[in-house]
This record gives sequence, C-alpha cells and structure tokens, in this order.
Amino acid sequence: MASEARQATADDLTPGGERRRDFLYVATAAFAGAGVVPVAWSLVNQMNPSADVLALASIDLDLSAVQEGQAIKASWRGKPVFARHLTAAEIAEAKKVDAASLRDPQTLADRTKPGNEQWLITLGVCTHLGCVPLGAAEGEVRGDFGGYFCPCHGSHYDTAARIRKGPAPKNLEVPPYQFKSPTSVTIG
Amino acid sequence: MSFPWAKEYKPTSAVGQWMDERLPLPRFIFNALGPGYPTPKNLNAFYNFGVLAGVALVIQIITGVVLAMHYAPNVAIAFDSVEHIMRDVNGGWMIRYMHAVGASFFFGVVYIHIFRGLYYGSYKPPREMIWMLGLVIFLLMMATAFMGYVLVWGQMSFWGAQVITGLFSALPVVGTSIQTWLLGGFSPDNATLNRFFSLHYLLPFVIFGVIVLHVWALHIPGSNNPTGIDVKSEADTVPFHPYYTAKDFVGLGIYLIVFSAFVFFMPNSLGEPDNYIPANPLSTPAHIVPEWYFWPFYAILRAFTTDFLGVPAKLWGVIAMFASILLLFLLPWLDTSPVRSNNYRPLSRILFWVFVVVALLLGVCGGKPAEEPWVRLSQVLTAYYFAHFLIILPIVSKLEKTKALPGSISEAVLAKYGKGGGAAPVAQPAE
Repeated sequence: MASEARQATADDLTPGGERRRDFLYVATAAFAGAGVVPVAWSLVNQMNPSADVLALASIDLDLSAVQEGQAIKASWRGKPVFARHLTAAEIAEAKKVDAASLRDPQTLADRTKPGNEQWLITLGVCTHLGCVPLGAAEGEVRGDFGGYFCPCHGSHYDTAARIRKGPAPKNLEVPPYQFKSPTSVTIG
Repeated sequence: MSFPWAKEYKPTSAVGQWMDERLPLPRFIFNALGPGYPTPKNLNAFYNFGVLAGVALVIQIITGVVLAMHYAPNVAIAFDSVEHIMRDVNGGWMIRYMHAVGASFFFGVVYIHIFRGLYYGSYKPPREMIWMLGLVIFLLMMATAFMGYVLVWGQMSFWGAQVITGLFSALPVVGTSIQTWLLGGFSPDNATLNRFFSLHYLLPFVIFGVIVLHVWALHIPGSNNPTGIDVKSEADTVPFHPYYTAKDFVGLGIYLIVFSAFVFFMPNSLGEPDNYIPANPLSTPAHIVPEWYFWPFYAILRAFTTDFLGVPAKLWGVIAMFASILLLFLLPWLDTSPVRSNNYRPLSRILFWVFVVVALLLGVCGGKPAEEPWVRLSQVLTAYYFAHFLIILPIVSKLEKTKALPGSISEAVLAKYGKGGGAAPVAQPAE
C-alpha cells in the first residue's frame, strides 16, 4: 500500500551538484542580513546630531559696535565664534608673512571676504584639542604673534589666526558666512 | 579545573543535596572561593588587590545606582542636581563622596594589581589570557571613569569631554565625523550628556562580566605566586577558604579604613577644584587636567609637539597614548624569559623599579601645565616607556642570567623562614 519510493528531501543533490538546503541557508542568511544591517545602522545613526541640533546651524551677528582692535565672541553650533576688527597694523603684520612658510599655508585674503579684510571671523576653537583660545576679550593674553593664544597646550596664533607655534595642526577654522550689510553677517 | 588534591564538595544537609542536584551553586562557590580551591601558600599582601578591586567595583555600582536616583542628565540642571545630592538628599554627600573617592581608589588598587602582575610575571604563560582580560577591564574602566566625570557637568567635565572626544578628530579623513558622532552635535551638549549617562550606567556591568571571565581564566592554572614557580604538590598549597578568605578580609579592613579616611576627612583632595564651576562652553579653564589616574597617559598624549614622518603632532600623541596601553597586550610575547618572578631576575628587577619610577614621573608630568621642563621630561619618559617594552625587556629577557629557582614553593617558604627540613634551593631549569 504505502509507497516504497523515498520522498525527495532538502539534502538531495540537484543535477547542478548543490543541495536544496544550501539554497535555504544562503537565502536565510541573506534575508537576515538584509534585516540586521539597516537596524544596526539606525542604532549607529541615532548618535549623529539630531534635527534640532542641526536646526540651530546659523546665527546673525551685528558688527556695528565693534571698534578697530576689538573682538566679540558669539556662540554658533555650541562653539564660540570670534569676530575681530583688525587694525591696519595687524593687517600689515598678517600680510608681511610668507604664507608658504606656514604650517597651514593661507594668506589673510584666503581667510577674509574681499573688501572686508578688516573682519577676521573664525571659530574660537583651538585646532589642537578644542579649547577656546584667549585673546578675544579685552586684556587677555594674545600669544607671541599678537593673535590668539590657547592656554591648554600652548598654541600661538597670529593676527590672521594662523597657527604659528605649538601643537595645533591647523589655523583657526573660518566658518561659512556672508555679509548681509557692511556691519552684519550671517554665520552658517 | 583544579589540583587533584582539591577537596570535593559534599552537601551536608538534605536541602544542600536537593540544591546540588538542581542548581549546584554552592558547589560552584566551594570550588571557586572555598576549600575546593587550593591556592599557593606563599601569596603575599600584594595578592589582596584583585579582591580589593572587585570590592571597589561593587562599591561603585551600589553608590552609582543610588546616585542615579537623584541625578538629572540634562545640561540645564545636571550640575545643580549634583549639588542637590550634596546638600539636600539625605546622606547624599556621603554617597557622592564614596563614589568620587571610590573611583580614585578603584584605579589605585588596580594599578597596584597590575604592577604586582608585572613584578611576579603573572602575564607569562599559561596566564596570558588573564592578563589580556585584565587589560580589557582596565580600558573599560577608563572609558567608564571618563564618562562618569563628564556627568557632573562642571568646567573640567565639559572641557575634558571636549579634549577627549577631540582625540578622535586627529584621525585622518573620518576624524571630525567620528567626533560629531560621539558627541551627537558639534560640541559637548545635552545629547552628549545623555549618552554618557546611559553608557556610564551600562559599562560597570560589562566590566563585571569581563571580571567573571578574568577570574574564570585565573582558575584554570590557579594563582601565580611570588616565586613564580608552578605548584608541585599539595604541600605547596592551602585551601582558599579559610586561609585566603581570612587574609582578604584583613586586607579589606585596612582598605576600608584608608578609604573612609578619604571619604570623611579629605573627599576633594583627589579631585580638581575647577569642576565645582558649572560648565561654560565659551571659556576654557587655564589648565585642563584629567583626574590623577589618567595623568601618565595624558603626559604621553602631550609629549608630541612636532610633526614628523609626515604625521601631524596631534595624531602622534593620540596614537602614542592608545599604543601605550595596547602595547601591554603584547607583553607576554615581548618578555620571553622563562623565569616569571623578578625575585629571580636581578637585572629585570632593577628595570622593573626604573619603570615604576618612569610611570610615576609621567604621572607628575601629566598633572602639570604643558610648559618646560615638563614637556621635555614627558618626551624623554615617553621614549623610555616604549623602549622599556619594545627594546629593553625583549633583549634583557634573552640575555639575563637568572638566579637558581627553588625546587618548590614549600622549599622556598621553608628556606626563607628558616624552619628545619627545607633543603637548600636547588638549581632547576625553568618551567
């Protein structure tokens, strides 16, 4: 009555020399992988800046009250921004230096906007390990080159906020900004 | 596994019998910490520090869980919630001081535990895995301590977070993205504080898990001992309980007395006063320093001041700092001497103490401002630190003429204490 013929199983070889079970393994692993990867990525990506943090990405700065030789501090993306009104002497000092001889070769023109080279706007974040350099507020040490000085590990920046001495690898970063009027800028 | 002469667990009551057949937990403890674990009989006080480290972790977990009931991980109120714990929560000041001082003490006992392992060659075969798991615990401790320190959200918390996450920005190409990812923003902020709180709560339990592995691996060959030679017979061992349980309790008593002296009489002596100033993202403290237990590594980080081989100074510092610990994973293979204990290695013993002094001096440099002479001294000491492991130790372990090892632990003990019956030490090839 009962058929003597064996049921085909997943372990039988196909004419191609593979087992059906091999296909099942590969398909299961591929399907699980396709599920795990996006879940893992979302677990990693949740640590990136959230929408509200990114939304605070631009600020307006009024420069009208900043006299020559003064600087103001503002906060942009939780980081300090320095806006310095350079004096003629500081501009001359910055231009005198051969940019090619610097650790991070940039001229003053590279670091300011055309026609507004008296406005030096940089992040107040030392490129070494992220401390806030001194020199923006009245009476603070401005280092050996008359710009900014980072007290944490002794980085000296010049009047164009370029790294001249100490461990920092780069000049103080110039954030993206535009002049909205001769005395106001939008940063970010 | 244990030695063949280990006592066997025999349940004494019907309940014990019932339990043993269903969940043999009493048997497990008997074999791990009880009379069923024969231990070399010559362990000195330095062998207390593993247990003390375990106790220190338990103190941190208990006080930490309690502190978390009162702490608020939000940048607006984190600092104030810590002061709330100090002033308003019943006994909160004591619990917080136990936690803060406890962190220092945890590192203190772990450093002694590590140096004990270095001196007696406890990292050598067959104990390499114990050593490496210990280093994993050490790395986890560093991460945990750093994140816990940030939670206070004082000036040193904030700027510590800035500097330490800034280390990752030294990596080429992806560095800045990694820093932003770690912080959850462009500078340490609420997202940073929240994730650090979450991880600071998690990691101690991970440490606990790795300690289980560390102790499991220890129980395979059993403890090393001050002679560094293997256990040969039952005469070389005593049962862990009551001998070492009693000894560990004595050590624990002394530890808790010293710990209490700090908690009650000088709770802030090990901390940085600047951290009692609330975090201010627009003003850097004049002198950023981590807690004392990170000073040697901070000194290595800051020792690199010029670019060379096309690699920026900043990246060198970061590489060197991580390498200074990762290097220790290779120690069992860098030190090839067949003799474990420095008691029988005259040259290596001197070098050990030189290394202790170098490590301590690196600590001093790390706590000072980045000025001369500390920068130059850090550079010399950092060079020696790496030379010790990569050049000096491998050469010395090949060339050194070691002293004759005693025939057995018993023989060494009897020779030392002059009791009759001990034969003079016999020269014997190393294990």
